[in-house]
Amino acid sequence: MQPFELVRAPSPSDAAQLTKDEHTRLIAGGTNLLDLMKLQVETPSRLADISRLDCAEITDTPDGGLRIGALVTNTATAVHPRVRQDYPVLARAILAGATQQLRNKATTGGNLCQRTRCFYFTKIDQPCNKRDPGSGCSAIEGVAKLHAVLGTSDQCIATYPGDMAVAMSALDAEVHIMKEDGTERSVPVRDFHLLPGDTPWRENELGRGEMITAVTLPPPVGGAHYYRKVRERSSYAFALVSVAAVIEIEGGVFTRADLAFGGLAHKPWFDPAIGAVLLGKAADDALFDEAADVLLQSARGFGENDFKIPLARRTLRAVLTQAVEDAA
Amino acid sequence: MFKGTIIAKEAAKGFEEIQDMAGTIGINGTAHSLPADPRTSLLDFLRHDLGLTGTKKGCDHGQCGACTVIVNGMRINSCLTLAAMHEGDRVTTIEGIGGPDAPSDLQHAFMAHDALQCGYCTPGQICSAQAMLAEIAEGWPSDATADLTSEATFSDEEIRERMSGNLCRCGAYANIVAAIRDVARGRADATV
Ligand SMILES: Cc1cc2nc3c(=O)[nH]c(=O)nc-3n(C[C@H](O)[C@H](O)[C@H](O)COP(=O)(O)OP(=O)(O)OC[C@H]3O[C@@H](n4cnc5c(N)ncnc54)[C@H](O)[C@@H]3O)c2cc1C
Ligand code: SF4
Ligand code: FES
Ligand code: FES
Repeated sequence: MQPFELVRAPSPSDAAQLTKDEHTRLIAGGTNLLDLMKLQVETPSRLADISRLDCAEITDTPDGGLRIGALVTNTATAVHPRVRQDYPVLARAILAGATQQLRNKATTGGNLCQRTRCFYFTKIDQPCNKRDPGSGCSAIEGVAKLHAVLGTSDQCIATYPGDMAVAMSALDAEVHIMKEDGTERSVPVRDFHLLPGDTPWRENELGRGEMITAVTLPPPVGGAHYYRKVRERSSYAFALVSVAAVIEIEGGVFTRADLAFGGLAHKPWFDPAIGAVLLGKAADDALFDEAADVLLQSARGFGENDFKIPLARRTLRAVLTQAVEDAA
Repeated sequence: MFKGTIIAKEAAKGFEEIQDMAGTIGINGTAHSLPADPRTSLLDFLRHDLGLTGTKKGCDHGQCGACTVIVNGMRINSCLTLAAMHEGDRVTTIEGIGGPDAPSDLQHAFMAHDALQCGYCTPGQICSAQAMLAEIAEGWPSDATADLTSEATFSDEEIRERMSGNLCRCGAYANIVAAIRDVARGRADATV
């Protein structure tokens, strides 16, 4: 690791202020940042420790939703009684990620901002537009098993690797961001992460001088919740494809279908048109395929990850089939 | 369903004596000054600075669990955290769980069940299992728990999922599960 100075940020606005300096990084659980610093992918000269800031609580919001502080650990969120009761898709997504040891350290803010697991991104002797703008993308014609099939660009085909944010997209949660002057803004999780386009180094909406303070969940959405994650081993692996779903079926007809997908793109993939195909229609395999067609209409594989296209179709079908069975 | 007592009790174990922890980190009941170089991971601090070499470095990237220690009652990977960020925290390592003279129930069970070959992953497995039993007692669910709103139940499937953060290159998994199962039953019997 390159030498750095470690400071403790006294407040969220101070932390936000510190990030004005391009060589400063916020550190929360450290499970992603330190990993990348050891590999010299990240070489900050200053770390601002935010782990002790007063953003580690889960509280009810006035409208009956839930506010999850940026420093709440993934464990604390997943075991929270209201998350288990009212937002099981979120508890399931978190529990399907990483391991207990990592989830005990990982935080809401850090999880949202975790970087891609693209092999070339983590090897500093390899060309990578995300790490080293203009150097090229090694993955497009290289090892690309984990890579995206939706929303790619000729600059970068990396995926956002997390699980938590996929469930938060299905739930239409909101990210709260504090600016250096102490004012707050909020962005829907669905819009927080960006597609790579011509600026693959920009992964999310956060600008310099900003810090995430919380994520809020809307009032309980009801329905049956599913998080189905397909990976190379049954635990402790990133998603090849994942589906987060909040489903309501009445009299054999879909009345709610909020669907978000992980492992397919540079962001959790949410497209209202996918669920819209299902609404008001009787559930059958042909209908599931129609929804998958909408999801995958622009899908493009890069050789090694071609399998993700049929896998996404099958995983969506499996979730919907399960939902129909459970509703019967 | 949402307790909070056992983990806290676990964290306090052996630390009753330490009062003022400013500028220090508590390791197995003793306060130590924080390292001067902020780059020092908790793992390197334990092994290099304090000579507590029971905790092992497998991958140094959060991918194996050999470095698992218990901080304030929670198991974490000591390779992916900075010692300097743990001012006032209470760390339990394998040395704090037990040694040859007085092995803990888990250490006994690992020996009795031959739950190791080379033994490199064992300290991490035991620290992890120690914390895991407390997590089940708290009713925390895992990915293997069928009903998120009911009490967590104990099964081999639950052990495997909850211990998935500790890899064993020698593949002693079957006996590791057997050792933990035994201890869980023993502890349950002891509290009846
Ligand atoms: C072996 C391994 C397996 C894993 N498997 C999975 C998996 O299956 N699924 C999954 O979802 N994740 C997985 N993870 C990733 C893990 O979930 C993340 O490392 C973790 O969530 C990051 O949180 P943190 O608090 O440790 O972040 P840090 O490492 O502290 O920070 C990460 C980034 O976020 C920024 N940041 C942190 N907090 C804030 C804030 N409040 N405001 C603005 N910026 C902030 C930091 O500056 C940094 O750039 C895995 C990690 C490892 C090492
Ligand atoms: S896919 Fe993105 S992160 Fe990976 S090498 Fe290409 S530019 Fe870099
Ligand atoms: S050494 Fe820490 S997880 Fe492998
Ligand atoms: S006993 Fe050798 S790695 Fe587990």
